[in-house]
Amino acid sequence: MASESTQVAVLGAGPGGYAAAFYAADLGMQVALIDEEKNPGGVCLYRGCIPSKALLHVAKVIDEARHASAWGVAFGEPTVDVGKLRAFKQGVVDKLTGGVGQVAKLRKVKYLQGRATLTAPRSMTITGAGGDTVLEFEHCVLATGSLPTRIPSLSLDSPRMLDSTSALDLPDVPKSLLVIGGGYIGLELGSVYATLGSTVSVVEMTPGLLPGADRDLVNVLHKRLEKLFAAIMLSTKVVKVAEEKHGIRVTFEGAATSEDSGGPSLGARASAKAAGPPEPQLFDRVLVAVGRRPNSKIPGLESTRVKVDQKGFIETDGQRRTAEPSIFAIGDVAGEPMLAHKASHEARVAIDAIAGHKAVFEPLAIPAVVFTDPEIAWCGLTEAQAAEQGIEIEVARFPWGAISRAITIDRLDGLTKLVLEPKSGRVLGVGIAGSGAGELIAAGVLAVEMGATAEDLKLTIHPHPTLSESLMESAEVFFGQSTHVYKPRRK
Amino acid sequence: MAEFKVPELGENVAGGDVTRVLVKVGDTIVLEQAVLELETDKATIEVPSSVAGRVTNITVKQGDKVKVGAVVLTVEDGAGDAAGPAETHPKSHIPHPNAENPQSDAEGPTPKADQPAAPSGAVAGGLPPSREASADRGQASGQKPEKVVSMPARPAPEPSKAARAEAAEPNPKAQSPNPKAQPTPNSQLPTPTGHRPAAPAAPSVRRLAREVGVDIDEVQGTGPQGRIAEEDVKEHARRILSSVGTSRGTPERGASPLPDFARWGEVERQPMSNIRRTTANRLSHAWNTIPHVTQFDKADITAMEELRKKYREQVEKAGGNLTVTAMLVKVIATAVRQFPQFNASLDPQANEIIYKKYVNVGVAVDTDRGLLVPVVRNADQKNITEIAIEVHQAAEKARSKKLTLEEMSGGGITISNLGGIGGTYFTPIVNLPEVAILGVSRGIIEPVWVPGAGRGGPVGPPSNAPAGAFEARQLLPLSLSYDHRVIDGADAMRFLRWVAEAIEQPFLLSLLG
Repeated sequence: MASESTQVAVLGAGPGGYAAAFYAADLGMQVALIDEEKNPGGVCLYRGCIPSKALLHVAKVIDEARHASAWGVAFGEPTVDVGKLRAFKQGVVDKLTGGVGQVAKLRKVKYLQGRATLTAPRSMTITGAGGDTVLEFEHCVLATGSLPTRIPSLSLDSPRMLDSTSALDLPDVPKSLLVIGGGYIGLELGSVYATLGSTVSVVEMTPGLLPGADRDLVNVLHKRLEKLFAAIMLSTKVVKVAEEKHGIRVTFEGAATSEDSGGPSLGARASAKAAGPPEPQLFDRVLVAVGRRPNSKIPGLESTRVKVDQKGFIETDGQRRTAEPSIFAIGDVAGEPMLAHKASHEARVAIDAIAGHKAVFEPLAIPAVVFTDPEIAWCGLTEAQAAEQGIEIEVARFPWGAISRAITIDRLDGLTKLVLEPKSGRVLGVGIAGSGAGELIAAGVLAVEMGATAEDLKLTIHPHPTLSESLMESAEVFFGQSTHVYKPRRK
Repeated sequence: MAEFKVPELGENVAGGDVTRVLVKVGDTIVLEQAVLELETDKATIEVPSSVAGRVTNITVKQGDKVKVGAVVLTVEDGAGDAAGPAETHPKSHIPHPNAENPQSDAEGPTPKADQPAAPSGAVAGGLPPSREASADRGQASGQKPEKVVSMPARPAPEPSKAARAEAAEPNPKAQSPNPKAQPTPNSQLPTPTGHRPAAPAAPSVRRLAREVGVDIDEVQGTGPQGRIAEEDVKEHARRILSSVGTSRGTPERGASPLPDFARWGEVERQPMSNIRRTTANRLSHAWNTIPHVTQFDKADITAMEELRKKYREQVEKAGGNLTVTAMLVKVIATAVRQFPQFNASLDPQANEIIYKKYVNVGVAVDTDRGLLVPVVRNADQKNITEIAIEVHQAAEKARSKKLTLEEMSGGGITISNLGGIGGTYFTPIVNLPEVAILGVSRGIIEPVWVPGAGRGGPVGPPSNAPAGAFEARQLLPLSLSYDHRVIDGADAMRFLRWVAEAIEQPFLLSLLG
C-alpha cells in the first residue's frame, strides 16, 4: 500500500475544494486534492451550475428566435438535435474540468482520483484504480459538497424519474414533464425542457415560487413562467407517484392555486383561490428538485472529532475549522447557502486560517442568482428578512419599463430595487429581476460590501444605454427624483 | 428632620476628601454656617450649610471621600431658629443632654457609615461591565480569532452558523476532551440583539481591523455616513495603544511594574492627595499634548529693584507686598496685549485658536500641599499696587487652604517664580489650556558691559577701545515655555525680549500699559 504525506489534503474538488487547493499551493503549501472524478470540478462543473447554464443559454436563444417574429424576423420552429445539444453541453463541461485539471498540474497540486476514508485526525486512505494509498496530512479541508435531496415517498426506481443530475444528462425531450419543487433548480431545468418543447408543470409545496426571495422580484418571473409552463401548482404537495405503462401517475394534495401574481407583498402569500387539489395526472417524466442535502456522510468521519448538526452540515467556527483542530470544512457541506461562490470564498478563509492569518468568514452579502429568464438575483438584506427581523428599511424600486436598454431589447419585465438604511441611505441589500440580473448584481454586492450609500450610486456614472442604469436610477428614486420616472413632488 | 447634602462645589468637581468636620451631633447650626471642610481636586473648601437646626446625626467623618449629593448631616428643624449665631458657633457648643442618643437614631432610616461608600460602590458597579465587555472583545478579536463567530450580528441571507450551532443537539462523539477547538460556547456568542447594521467598512478595511486586533464595530468612521476608512482603523488602534500607555488617570499606569523597594531598605507608602493626583494628571496631560519649547533670556532688573525697594513700604501699608512676582504680573499683562497669541488657547477639534480679550494672569504658589495657581483677573487694568495686594492675599489664601476654585480658574498665562528658592533656569510645563508660562529664577548680580559708562574706571578698557565699562547689574533669569502649535519660536523670542526690556525700562509699562 502506497503511503504519502502532505501539508494540506483537500477532500472534494468542487469550486470550494479546488479553490482551497490552488490557494494553498499559491501560498507555498504542499497540497493533495482528492476526488472521484477524473478532473476537478465537482457538482458545479460536472452536473450543476455549468451544464445547466449551457442549456439555459440554448433555451434563451430558442426563445429569442421565437420572439423575433414580433420584430419581423421569422425563423420558423426550431428542430432540436438532442444528441448534438448534449454533446455541446458535454463539451463545455469537459473544457472547463480539463482546464481546471491543467491548472492543478501547473500548480503542482497532487490530484488523487479515488474515494477517501478518514482513518484518524491526520490521515486518510484513498481507494483508487491503482489500489489504496495512505495519505498523512497536517490539515484537511472537507469540501464534499451536497447531493440532491431524496424524498422516500417519491423514490421510484424508474428511468422516468429524474433528479437534477439525470435531467442534465438530457435523455430526451419528454412530451410532458412534472417538476416537483419550485426552487431555482426546478425552475431552471423546467425552463430548459419547456423551451425545448416539453409541456412542463411545476408543483410547489409553499404558497410561492422561490421561497426566500422577495415576492416583488419573483412576481416578475412568475408572470413569464405562467406563459412558459402549462401549470404552476402552489401550496400543493405530491403525495404519490406510481409508474404506469405510458408514464408516471402523480397524485396531488393541497390547495392548488396557480396564481401568485399581484402586488409586491413580502411574505409568503396565502393561496388566492382554494380550488382543491388537481386531479391525478400522467407525466412522461417527473423531475424531483426539492433541494440539496450536505454530503457529510464521509467514510471514517467518526474517527475524528468533527461534529455534524441535525441537518447534516458539518459544524465549523468562523474560520471554518471543525471541532477537530486539524480539519476544516467549506462549501455546501459546511452550511447554507449552498452556492459555489460561497464555497470558493470559504476556501480562502480556511486556507488563510491554516496559514496562520486572522481570516474570518464574514461577508455582508452573498449573491444569489436564479438563471431563469428573466433572471432573479439578490444580495445582502432582503425585504422579507428586514420585516422578519424588525429592521427599519426604505426600499427604492425602479421598474425597467423606464430603462432605455430594456426597451431596445424588448424586455420590459424587470425591476431593480435597493434595500436601504433609511437615515444614511446605506445600501443594505439589492434585488434585481430581469434579463441579465445575474451580471448586474455584482455591482450591488460591491455596494453592500463597501458600505456604499444611495448617494454614492446616484453620483456614480453608469454607462448608457445599459441595464445597469437601473441601479443608478433606483438610487435617485431614494432621493425622490429620477431622470426617467416622473413623480409629482411630495409636499 | 432635614438632611444636608454636599452641594455643587464647582465646575467638574464631583466630590472631595473630608478634611475636617466642623460640627458635632447636638450642635445647633444656622444657615450658611460652615459645617465641613473638603479638599477637592483643586482647593480646600469650607462647605456652608443650607439647613438650620440641631444636628442629630452626622454621616461623614474625617478622611471620607464624599460626592456631591451625599448626605452630610441631619438636623432637627427649628431648634436653632431662636438661637443667635453667637450661641451656635461651633466652638461655643454646650454638650447636649442627648448627645449620645442620636447614635441610636443612626441605625434608623438615615444611612450612616455606609453612605460615603455608596458613590464609590456606584462606580464599581458601573464601570466594570464595559471593561469586561471590551476585554471580551479583545479576546474574541485578538487572542483567538478562530472562535470569532461574527455572522449572527450581521444580516446574512441564510441562518447563521451560530443559530445552527444552538439548534444542534449535543453530539456524544464530541465529548472527548478537546481544549483547542471546542465550539464556541453559546454564552460567548454575540447574541443578535438589536439590529445594528454591520460596520460600514470595505472588506479590505474589515480585514485590516481583524489583523491588527481592532473590533471594527468600535471604530469611528470619518467618511460620509460614518464610513470607516483604513486610516480610521489605524487611528483607532493608535488611540487604544496610547490610552493603554498614558491615560486612565495617573501617568504611572501602563508603566513597567515597580520593583520591591523594600528590598533595599525601609519604605513608606502614602496615598496621593487629591491635589497631588490632579497635578500629576494635568501635568502629564499637558506634557503629552503640548509640543513644548523653552527659551531663556536675562532681564536687567537693577532699575526695577530700585523702584521696588523705594515703594515697598508704601505698598505694604496698602496691604500688599511689592514682590518681583507682583511686578511681573503687570509686565506680562501688558506684554500679552502686545502679543495676543500668548493669551490664547488651542481648540484642536475645531482647528481654531481662541484669543482672549481679557487678561488674567495665574501665579503659581508653592504650598505645603502642592502647587496651586490663583489667578489675578483683568491684571492689565490694575495698577501694580492693586496687583501686589491681590497676589499677597491669594498666596495667603492658598497656603491657608482658603483658595476657592473660582479664584483658580480662568487664567490666560501663568508666572512661576522660583526665585525665592534659587536656581538659574528651568523648563516649566505649560498650564493647559494656556499656551505659555514664564518661569522666573533668582536674580543674580553679574558684570555687564555698559557702553558709555564708567569711563576710565578700574575695569575700563584700554583708551583706544570703545567707551564703556563693566557694571554690576542684577540680572533676572527668565524661562519661557510655550505651546509650539500656537506660538512660533521667533514670536516667543520677541515676546521674551519685550518682557525683558519692560523690566529694564519700567517706564514702558506706563507708556503701553
